[in-house]
Amino acid sequence: MLAYIIRRVFQSLLVLLVVGLVAFSLFRYVGDPIDSLLGQERTIADIDRVRESLGLNDPFVVQYYNFLANAVQGDFGISYRQSRPVAEIIAERAPATLELAAVSALFAIGLGIALGVFTAIRRRGIAANVIMSASLIGVSLPTFLIGILLIYVFSVELDWLPSFGRGQVTDLGWWTTGLLTASGREAIILPAITLGLYQMTLIMRLVRSEMLEVLRQDYIRFARARGLRERAINFRHALKNTLVPVITVTGLQLGAIIAFAIITETVFQWPGVGLLFINAIQFVDIPVMAAYLMLISVMFVGINLIVDLLYFAVDPRLRIEGRNT
Amino acid sequence: MTTPVLSVRNLTVEIPTRAGLLKPVDGISYDIAAGEILGVVGESGAGKSMTGNAVIGLLDRPARIASGEIHVNGRRIDRLSRKELRRSRGKEIGMIFQDPLTSLNPLLTIGDQLTETISEHLDVSDGEAKARAIHALEEVGIPAARDRIDAYPHQFSGGMRQRVVIALALCAEPSLVIADEPTTALDVSVQAQITALLKRLCRERGMAVMLVTHDMGVIAETADRVAVMYAGRLAELGPVRDVITAPMHPYTDGLMQATPDASEGATRLRQIPGAMPRLGSLPPGCAFNPRCPYTQDRCCQDPPPTRDVTDGRAACWFPLTEHAAIPA
Repeated sequence: MLAYIIRRVFQSLLVLLVVGLVAFSLFRYVGDPIDSLLGQERTIADIDRVRESLGLNDPFVVQYYNFLANAVQGDFGISYRQSRPVAEIIAERAPATLELAAVSALFAIGLGIALGVFTAIRRRGIAANVIMSASLIGVSLPTFLIGILLIYVFSVELDWLPSFGRGQVTDLGWWTTGLLTASGREAIILPAITLGLYQMTLIMRLVRSEMLEVLRQDYIRFARARGLRERAINFRHALKNTLVPVITVTGLQLGAIIAFAIITETVFQWPGVGLLFINAIQFVDIPVMAAYLMLISVMFVGINLIVDLLYFAVDPRLRIEGRNT
Repeated sequence: MTTPVLSVRNLTVEIPTRAGLLKPVDGISYDIAAGEILGVVGESGAGKSMTGNAVIGLLDRPARIASGEIHVNGRRIDRLSRKELRRSRGKEIGMIFQDPLTSLNPLLTIGDQLTETISEHLDVSDGEAKARAIHALEEVGIPAARDRIDAYPHQFSGGMRQRVVIALALCAEPSLVIADEPTTALDVSVQAQITALLKRLCRERGMAVMLVTHDMGVIAETADRVAVMYAGRLAELGPVRDVITAPMHPYTDGLMQATPDASEGATRLRQIPGAMPRLGSLPPGCAFNPRCPYTQDRCCQDPPPTRDVTDGRAACWFPLTEHAAIPA
């Protein structure tokens, strides 16, 4: 098992290297950085001097190595637009995005699994059918439209919840959180629902179909034949057996939640890295874009690693140790 | 006579379909006494498993018990509420399924599965439940049960898993066990072990066992009496020796002819011509009449007499012993 983990970590590093290469290529080949640094009024001597000082005359491999070495230390260069270290800007913005992603993931997973189990167990019931039909909306409507609809209903018409921003934020030194204040909690509701709705319906439909599949299995029949209670059968025996595919999809979707926060953050003017990224694109702020790319890929890879380890926790058949047939 | 553990009277199971009402089990009656093994044989679709599922109350919808009565230990159980029925499952009636590879939940240890069943039915502490679980495993011949109780199903071989399944079915000490093809998925050598185990447990505990199988060999070795089913009806019921050596129903005779016998050497097996009719298109009269070599006019008109299960044997207008008397 340890060997497996080491192998997976190694693979993850490989993926990050490749992403790093793409991010680096952005830096190097999407326009000449000299253009954006020196502007129109420049001399050949200036260009050579800056090229030399930035290491742009070094061979490609050396440049890539330097980029990686800096990135590992959290140094992604200076933002062209804000003239501040990119790492600092991202660290400032990350808590907002991560908090939003965490809340909407909790919403998606919790409600998704609960509704999935419910609709599977009562699959002929009216409520289950209504939920299933309604879930089509969640799957088919684009995120920005859901956000705008929610703002229209709950902010404009009903005036219950704020339509933009993060509300009052508490500074914990290294982290800023909106969850400790009433206005912060109110502010996160609409964006979290907007961001998590698609994932919620996806998880719900997946859990439902997996449950229906598992409930047909012999061991469920055998559990019934032993007179176990329905609750024990549904949750202890059936739900656990649906978890492996659910964990897979949920893991990928968590990455998607963080990545797609861009749209939600734009709709709700949420001060996170997604909004930062959109602004960076507008101003061709390449160091910020590259850093964002790296950050998202680190999260994707990290989540996938955790997902793989969760398989072991759930399914004993994958554990190699203690196999003694 | 003492009350039989299981008593089934005129049991009919119906499945409503668009094409009409199907009767996979049609008016069958039998008893099983304590310590007795009743073998139920027949082709696929003859209604063997459906009978077992009806007794334990696990018919898949839309199949349902249309008429008849099922008594277990003198108590009528086909009218029980879902909750009462659930309580009697496992505790009064145990069931063993065909495939030990799929009958056990792969994600729970066998100890978990045993103790949850024991705790559900018996009022015992967790420690006591675990002790009973270990005992149940020892009883079915799992070596080093104490160490293996925390093992997962995939860590056992097929034969061992079927032993675990038996331990699970029996851990709350039911008086009736329905074994639905318990050896079909196993190697021949393991089959013999499992049938011997079932037989031993049946004798030791005085359980009534309903052994559903299509394997005449298993029946001959294990069962005390045998019920032969055809197209949802009982064709013949009687002591194993009688039915095997002198079958009275032409269908049973056909089945016996189609069973290989090592002592006879390489003779060609005789097969019963044709196939069992679909439930939706049973012929009038005796369901076996299109395939029966002895069919007469009467067989195509009136359903055969279903005599009292305790003494009568074959549901046939012209049982074979009578044919034997008539020179061909």
